[in-house]
Amino acid sequence: MAIVQETDVLTTAAPKRRLSMTQRETAWGLLFLSPWLIGLAMFTAVPMLISFLLSFTEFDLMHPGTTKFVFLDNYAWMFSDPNTITSFIVTVKFAVISVPTSIFLALGVAILVNQKLLAGKRVFRTLFFMPVQIPLVASTIIWLDFLSGQTGWLKFIMEDVSGAIGNFLGIIPGLGGVATEFKTFLAPDWFNSTEWAIPGLILIGLWGIGNMMLIFLAGLQAVPTELYEAARVDGAGPWRQFRNVTLPMISPVFFYNLLLNIIGAAQYFTQVYVIAGPLGNPDHQTFVYNLNLYDEAWTYNRMGHGCALAWLMFVIILGVSLIMFRTSARWVFYAGGER
Amino acid sequence: MTSTTVPTGLYTHRSRRARKLGATLSVTAIAGALCLLFVLPLLYMLSASFTDPKVTSIPDKPLYPAITETVNYRDPNTGIETELTVYDVPGYGRLALVDQKFYPLESTFVNPDTGELKQIAVDTFSLRPIWHFHMTLDNFTAAINTINPDFGLLFRNTFIIAITGTIGAVLSAILVAYGFARFRIPGRDGLFLVLIGTIMLPFQVILIPQFIIFQSIGWVPSWLPLIVPHFFANAYNVFLLRQYFLTLPRELDEAAMMDGASPWRILTSVIIPQSWPAIIAVTLFHFFFAWNDFLGPLIYTSGNEQLWPIAIGLNNFNTVYRGAGATSMIQAGALISVLLPVAIFFVAQRVFMRGVVISGVEK
Repeated sequence: MAIVQETDVLTTAAPKRRLSMTQRETAWGLLFLSPWLIGLAMFTAVPMLISFLLSFTEFDLMHPGTTKFVFLDNYAWMFSDPNTITSFIVTVKFAVISVPTSIFLALGVAILVNQKLLAGKRVFRTLFFMPVQIPLVASTIIWLDFLSGQTGWLKFIMEDVSGAIGNFLGIIPGLGGVATEFKTFLAPDWFNSTEWAIPGLILIGLWGIGNMMLIFLAGLQAVPTELYEAARVDGAGPWRQFRNVTLPMISPVFFYNLLLNIIGAAQYFTQVYVIAGPLGNPDHQTFVYNLNLYDEAWTYNRMGHGCALAWLMFVIILGVSLIMFRTSARWVFYAGGER
Repeated sequence: MTSTTVPTGLYTHRSRRARKLGATLSVTAIAGALCLLFVLPLLYMLSASFTDPKVTSIPDKPLYPAITETVNYRDPNTGIETELTVYDVPGYGRLALVDQKFYPLESTFVNPDTGELKQIAVDTFSLRPIWHFHMTLDNFTAAINTINPDFGLLFRNTFIIAITGTIGAVLSAILVAYGFARFRIPGRDGLFLVLIGTIMLPFQVILIPQFIIFQSIGWVPSWLPLIVPHFFANAYNVFLLRQYFLTLPRELDEAAMMDGASPWRILTSVIIPQSWPAIIAVTLFHFFFAWNDFLGPLIYTSGNEQLWPIAIGLNNFNTVYRGAGATSMIQAGALISVLLPVAIFFVAQRVFMRGVVISGVEK
């Protein structure tokens, strides 16, 4: 209150000569926002507009003079081009498997490192988080050899574990057939095999759940302990406590992780480029949406196609986000009420 | 009744502690096993980069850096000396293979210690070599000598891009976050929503036109497209700093304002000195982003290898030498490239982890 009076005195003392306090505040504020506002115009709004316009043209960067307006041709092309259709299917397949697995693994690890009974919590949290901080090209190269079908460690581990299970089952009479199958199991050669290439990429992706895990962890720690006590008094076991207390309370962070993860899956590029090259080897199995976009725009210099692809992606992400925000009222629970 | 409850109470007290210890052990064991899976790829990198390149293609080598035992054998007839691999021959022990014949023909072996020759009918393809622990730095020298352009240039380029970009990202984010946190501007909440919305904007939509613009003003190939846009504030950084600024008490600002300090003074002498944890987090985030960035340098610098940062150089190194089977050299190169980021991470891990939480949860 005192401050308000003080400012009143100041403004009345110097009438009209200066801007009013609120005008000055606005001016200063806009000044501080200006880097972002200028950047928004220069590096986001104008490029978006250009990209939208270019999506209706045939544009070759090397020969800008030959630019032609082709109206919806680029969009028509997308829906008939087999590469684009393949890339779309590959990305959807990738997202449908990778988003839920990585989210639930992140949640599981977060619950694990949040256990009161766990010794050395901080060490575990750091180690589970660390892979995110390893530069992407290097971590992809590590995984590429780690998963090698000839000398990769995962092959040794999988085959040794399978052999041990086989030896164990071999003791039990009547399971000879199953035992032999375990003993002769051959680990997949991930990135040289058409059916294992996408699972291989997803496996690599699981290494990078650190951010999601930390966000889940913070969400779990924010759940008031009284809620658990109340649930226990009502006779709820661990599962019902999780289902009826934990899940609703962490649904906002779940929503956030889910949204960012879907967007991340749509923007997937670096790992697959390092592993599979611009063609998405083997046999286009890993030809994700952005490889197609990169090829069209930079390898074949068809910028119009690239822009149309980018806008389709934008519309899809926008649609998915809108659906998520619309339906979020039904499954996301904000403890603080509406915001 | 009472005479029995007292000892039982004591007994259950002790068994409850034992049970708690058991639970702690089993939870820790589960976490440890899962954690081992997470760390395995890194252990693989370490092991592979210290393993002698001669043995990298042998499938069932041990997981630690090792080399097969060999012996120099002089053929008594020809006098030619050759290096032979020593195998563990079942029923005979350590023997070096001199002359290989297809089973059931007899192959010739020599005892590496006594030089005595032996004819044994054995399937030589099923024999396992004898391994000894052996570490070598050859892969690192090979990687350093082979990678193109050299590591010195790659690191220098990465540092220039990362440090200039970080300066821009941090300064602009501080200004913008201060604007959002402390000034009542008409339409501020709408602008803030736009800011958050740009996080969800797929980068593809602006990638091509940005490239066209930068190309047309002659910035391709150069580092400018990788640095200049960061001087205009990034949504993540602004969000993180704004959340932090909002937690600072306003009383100090107001006191400074009463003393006639300008908003600029308040920022530099009140807000920034209180915000070092968040500012350091943003600094590290951007530095890591720049170190990591791949698609940007790929389209803006691939035309000129003298401009390559480490991400592009390492990818090129991998693409060129993978076909030649130089696994251990490639792993050594990867190890060199991650040393600094991993070291920074371990020194500043708490800052990172708190930063992730601030930008993720407090939305």
